[in-house]
Amino acid sequence: MKDPHPTQRGPASAMIAFVVALAAVFLLAFGPVDALAAEPAAADGVAAGSYAPAPKLTAADYPTIAGINSRVAVWIFAQLHLWFAAFVLAVPIFVFIIEVIGMRTRDKRYDDMAYEFIKVAITAYSLTAILGGGLLFSLILFYPHLFTYLSTIFSASMFYYALLFFAESAVLYVYYYGWHWLQGGFKKWVHLSLGLILNAVGTTLMLLANAWLTFMMSPAGVDAAGVFSGDAWAAIHNFLWNPINIHRFVANIAYGGSIVGAYAAFKFLTATGNQEKAHYDWMGYNANFIAICALLPLPFAGYYLAAEIYAYSQQMGITLMGGIFAWLFIIQAVLIGTLFLSANYYLWCGMGRSDGAKRYTKYIKYIAIVLIGAFLVWFTPHTLVLTNEELKALGGPHHKILGPLGIMPAKNTAVNVMIIFTALSFMFYRRANKVATVSWVNAGNAIQVALFTTGIANIMFLGIYHGYFTNTVYKVAASIPQVLTTVAVIVGSITLDSFIYRGAKEVGPLHWGRIPGRAQYALFLLAVSFTWLMGLMGYIRSGIRQHWHVLDIMRDASPDAFTPTLGYAANVVSVAAILFMAMVIFVFWIAQVSGSKTLPAGYWKG
Amino acid sequence: MKIPRLLQAALVLAGVYFGFVVVFDVILEAVIPASLLVMYMFFVTAGVFMVFTYDEDQTRELVAPIKALVEDPAKRLWRNLVFAIVPLAVGGATYMQMQPGFEAPLELRTIHPAPPTTAKIYGKRVNLLQLENPFRKLEKEDPEQFRELVNEGAAVYIRNCQYCHGDKLDGQGPYADGLNPTPLNFQDVGTIAQLQESYLFWRITTGGPGLPKEAAPWISSMPVWQDFLTEDEVWQVILYLYDYTGHRPRSWEHE
Repeated sequence: MKDPHPTQRGPASAMIAFVVALAAVFLLAFGPVDALAAEPAAADGVAAGSYAPAPKLTAADYPTIAGINSRVAVWIFAQLHLWFAAFVLAVPIFVFIIEVIGMRTRDKRYDDMAYEFIKVAITAYSLTAILGGGLLFSLILFYPHLFTYLSTIFSASMFYYALLFFAESAVLYVYYYGWHWLQGGFKKWVHLSLGLILNAVGTTLMLLANAWLTFMMSPAGVDAAGVFSGDAWAAIHNFLWNPINIHRFVANIAYGGSIVGAYAAFKFLTATGNQEKAHYDWMGYNANFIAICALLPLPFAGYYLAAEIYAYSQQMGITLMGGIFAWLFIIQAVLIGTLFLSANYYLWCGMGRSDGAKRYTKYIKYIAIVLIGAFLVWFTPHTLVLTNEELKALGGPHHKILGPLGIMPAKNTAVNVMIIFTALSFMFYRRANKVATVSWVNAGNAIQVALFTTGIANIMFLGIYHGYFTNTVYKVAASIPQVLTTVAVIVGSITLDSFIYRGAKEVGPLHWGRIPGRAQYALFLLAVSFTWLMGLMGYIRSGIRQHWHVLDIMRDASPDAFTPTLGYAANVVSVAAILFMAMVIFVFWIAQVSGSKTLPAGYWKG
Repeated sequence: MKIPRLLQAALVLAGVYFGFVVVFDVILEAVIPASLLVMYMFFVTAGVFMVFTYDEDQTRELVAPIKALVEDPAKRLWRNLVFAIVPLAVGGATYMQMQPGFEAPLELRTIHPAPPTTAKIYGKRVNLLQLENPFRKLEKEDPEQFRELVNEGAAVYIRNCQYCHGDKLDGQGPYADGLNPTPLNFQDVGTIAQLQESYLFWRITTGGPGLPKEAAPWISSMPVWQDFLTEDEVWQVILYLYDYTGHRPRSWEHE
């Protein structure tokens, strides 16, 4: 339950790591970088006062240190840092929203829950800083010329990044440690404002870091030789910056929701009393709700990003989904489907909290049939793995039925249907404990059925007609009306529902805590799937540059410049995911320990 | 008589499995690949599990026979039989799976290897990101000349390409059966409809030997057509491929 005495878990380790990292940034951004790395060959023709072109490196320009595999070291640090960063950037967003809800409803449970969420995030924040320091050091040590080149272009933004990091730390600590101090009236408004500032600073930090990585994929503000024009904004505002910003912003919220959901599940399973179980069941439900809300638009943000990558470079686009990484995309599809299935399963199990749920549970099997059917289409690969006998029977690798299911129009149609039916599960969950009292309830239901039916028909039409019978411009563009249809169906039906159930009778009190333990494992599955998914897709996003540090400008000449096998990459990501999970369990444990007290009988005098 | 839930679940799974086999292999005459069927059934099983276990009472009913088998002293004989048969069945299935066979190993060939940014074609370095079919603009500007170019492309195709890719562009040419992997089916919506014309130009002109390292070990028997056809002939063939199949090349502008 709520910790009335916030413990003084000092962020000392994080600050040390951060200060060292900051010093390194300054050194590289403004200092004698050549002292760290000897000048590589062929930085030709640098006019005085202008920027140097991207260095042309050889294998000798990459230090080898203690036999460590430099790529794997940077990879794991970057991945761990990113997971924690995604989590700690997301949590303040929904903590802010929950705090607002608490202020509006004056229901203290919301305020307590928001506090508990931020308590989990605060330890994670220290780990984020430590891992960020690790990433920076490993980059400087193993890839000094790349870091030097990037810091030449982004020196100003790196400087502001460091300042913002200080601001983020300061605001976060006042926000967290001042939670119980800044309560009531004006003080609560001050606290809420701190939450807003915290989110603004955190989001700006993410945008800056995104600029550095997207510059490596779609460089801007430099010429063909990599000579920086001096326009930092052009380098930041590169082609893929906004698509990544949108995708990461939405994904972070979904991810943060899933991690705190796992925390609530952990606490639920270890709870001993019914009251405690009820509290963590409620918390798990809210966390899952946040994760689902952000999960629903996520496939569209991902599709937008992929389409923009393809638009920027045919080479990167084909490598991404048609080339060597295509099978990782199948794993991605499987994991995304798993997210939807887990989220739905949790909702269905949660209907047991209400005595009125029986009226709706009879529809669950139909929702499951549609979800699974759409899921199968969603992950059907374009390149089938065929035995020789199957090849012979089919007369070639082309499958007349499954082949068309392997391309994006089928996937987009399937995912829209999955999203609509997940929303339907949610609507049934909301209705489970209510009985409508308005006279037009039948007409309202009929309109909702019509809305769902026409929406799905429209999605199918757009997917089939524009996906298979027009050119790629319309095929890609058709995804937009598909999304709008899905949004219209969801928003329209939920709005209508709110009118139908205005002043509705409650069947009975909701029995929080009356949910099977296995539903909590669905929450764990959600968090694990998200983690693995982010790791694999992050690898793909980075890997599509192939042998380039900065695409077409700065070539990777290190011994690790090759693209590893999918199995190897999946193993690295899996090991990193296990490390992350171990750290998350540590974070959960610390959050639990902070609320524990031991009374050492006879230890103290008096 | 009410069918026990455990049996219901088993029947649903069996029904879906045989449904896939009958629909694909018998009715549609398009065999469902075993690898895909395994993936499909895994998630169908997950779905069945979800539907049968979201409710506590129904879950108890589902697992009751298993619980009874394990705990009920009266079912000792059955328990011993099941505990003997299940490991044997799993062991047997594993043995069959791992047993070496004569079949060639499966290949996960990349159908669409990513093109390089630039390639040396007809003695010059070509930027594939910017390369466009020089005749494509005639489709609007001079439809008559465009039609002539398509016809010329058709003639080039019939003289050189149809032996493998087929006169219907479906990958079923007279030599197709002798090739593995079989020639590409241009009618398939997943092939040329997804690609820019510059990609086709690169693949046709540099052929199998021009495939990037990423696609290695490449086993394409596509000839290096820049050694046999002129640059214009290649662009004309590309016009013909799209014209005949009705597909449009991938582009970024509305027409």
